[in-house]
Parts: sequence; C-alpha cells; structure tokens
Amino acid sequence: MSEHVTSRAFSVALGIGLLVLTAVTVKAAFINLGPWNPVVALLIATVKATLVVLFFMHVKGASEKLTAVVVVSGFFFLTILLSLSMADYLTRSWR
Amino acid sequence: MSDSHATTIENAAPDPHLRHHFADMEQQKNTASLGMWLFLVTEIMFFGGLFCAYLIYRLLYFPAFGAASQTLDIKLGAFNTAVLLISSVTVVLAVRAAQDGNRKQLVAYLVLTVLLGLTFLGVKAIEYKEKFETHHVPGPTFHFDKPFDDNGKEIPVDPQHAQLFFSLYFAMTGMHTLHMVLGCGLFTVLTVLAWKGHYSPGYYTPIENAGLYWHLVDIIWIYLFPLLYLISRHS
Repeated sequence: MSEHVTSRAFSVALGIGLLVLTAVTVKAAFINLGPWNPVVALLIATVKATLVVLFFMHVKGASEKLTAVVVVSGFFFLTILLSLSMADYLTRSWR
Repeated sequence: MSDSHATTIENAAPDPHLRHHFADMEQQKNTASLGMWLFLVTEIMFFGGLFCAYLIYRLLYFPAFGAASQTLDIKLGAFNTAVLLISSVTVVLAVRAAQDGNRKQLVAYLVLTVLLGLTFLGVKAIEYKEKFETHHVPGPTFHFDKPFDDNGKEIPVDPQHAQLFFSLYFAMTGMHTLHMVLGCGLFTVLTVLAWKGHYSPGYYTPIENAGLYWHLVDIIWIYLFPLLYLISRHS
C-alpha cells in the first residue's frame, strides 16, 4: 500500500509555523494598513489553510488523482460563488 | 473475473476489513477517501454560503460590523485558534501512530485531540455566556450601545446593523461549534475502538477520514477568527 507517511518532526514544525502565523495575524490587525488590513488577514488565513490542506490532509502526495480533482473543483465553485457575488456588490456604486 | 485477478486474491492474505465488492484494500481505502472528500466539498459549499452572506453585509454595513466585532474578546479567539491548530497536529500524529501500529500512542493522541476539542468548546461557552449577559444575542432583548471614538464622540452606527453582525456571528460560530461537538463525539468513539485494537497499519481508514473532517473544521475556524474578531482593531 502506498500511503503517505509524514514525519513527526515535520508535523510539529508545521504546527508551530501555523501558531506563529496566528500571532502575526493578530499583530497585523493592530497596525493601520488602511484598506489592506482585511487583505493581509485573509492572505495569512489562506496561507494557513493551504498548508493544512496540502500537508495535514495529505492532498500533496495523494495516490489518487481523482481526490485532487474533487478538492480543486470544490474550491473552484466556492471561488465562483464569492467572486461573482462580490463583482455584483462591489460595483453597485459605479453609476 | 480475469485469471490474474483470481490469483491475486488467492495469494493475498484476506484482510477481515476488506468488503467483498472491492478488489483490494488500496481500492477500498481510495474509495473511502474520495467519498470523504466529496462530503467535505459539500461542507465547503455550505460554509461558503455563510461566508458569502457575511462578506456582503460587511461591505454594506462596515462601520457597524467594526464596532460590533470589537465587543468580541480577541484573546479568547486567538487562544481558541491556537487550541484548534494544536489539535490538528495531534490528529496528524494520531494518524501516524495508526500507520506505525502503535496502539498506545494512537489512543493517547486521540484522547489529547478530544481534550483540546473540549477546551475549545469550554472557551466558546464562556464567550457565548458573555454575549447573553451583555444582550448582544439577536432577538427582542438585543441591545447595542453606540461606541465612542478617541475624542469621546459617539460613532453613529445603526444597532440593527450590529444585530446583523451578531446574527452572522452566532450562525457561523454556532454551526462551527456544532461541527466541533460532533467531532468530539466522533473522536471519542474512535478512541474506544482504538483502545479495543480495531485499527492496524493495514486498516486505519476511519482515523484518517475523521482526521480530514477535523482539519476541515480547523480550516473554517482559521477564516472565522480574522473575519469575526479582527475588524478595524487598529486605532
């Protein structure tokens, strides 16, 4: 069986990295970055989520390509939902 | 069935966990994993709808959302984020212990995961209690005092818009908390089964798939924390 075995040290190191990113996101929220505050917060959250999906959920190195297709299509449709909704509400003031 | 297939089955030691409609354990495992991911995608779409509603109202009523967000305790939120991230690591270590066939370690990491999950729920209970006491729960008793800026001037925000923030706060964290409660129950069952020796390096699919669920619930919180707790915190 070709299962993906992650080393313990790597998992713990990644966990510490995620905790550091959490501290960074809290610190960044108290610095005035103007309109970039939510962008930075969401960017850090996305980096954290991507790390969890790739390494904790073993999408990177998954033996089944079909799993990767399902994951990518899920996020693809979520992107359509969010981007088209935002394209509507963000442009309503453009009259 | 082809001849080559028949010989494979004869040669392989029959695993009691192999269901008759699968060719081998790897096919069974991949099928279970695919099914789990399909379920997780439905979860992503479900929470995606809530996130979309949140983003739209945040765009429309940003000042009220900022003011309402500042009534949340950032320390408790950050603490809970850390608790969930650590629990994700213990889940990964539990899966690793199952792969190694180390039953004691597996049970230990599963118990640790449940305890971290319960810690999260305990902190959430403290936060909800505070919200009930300050009448920030949407409904007939809802009350929201207008916040003051640095010069002591009242910031004009509509309490109804703040109520919308709290409606979304309770809908999103409430659904997330429900998933945590189910996750804690699931991991308690797994702990008992692992203790009884149900899992081996050849069969630990339930541990792995429950782990996938746990990680997804963690990811949802990774987004909920900055979106709900960290709006306009800078002065």
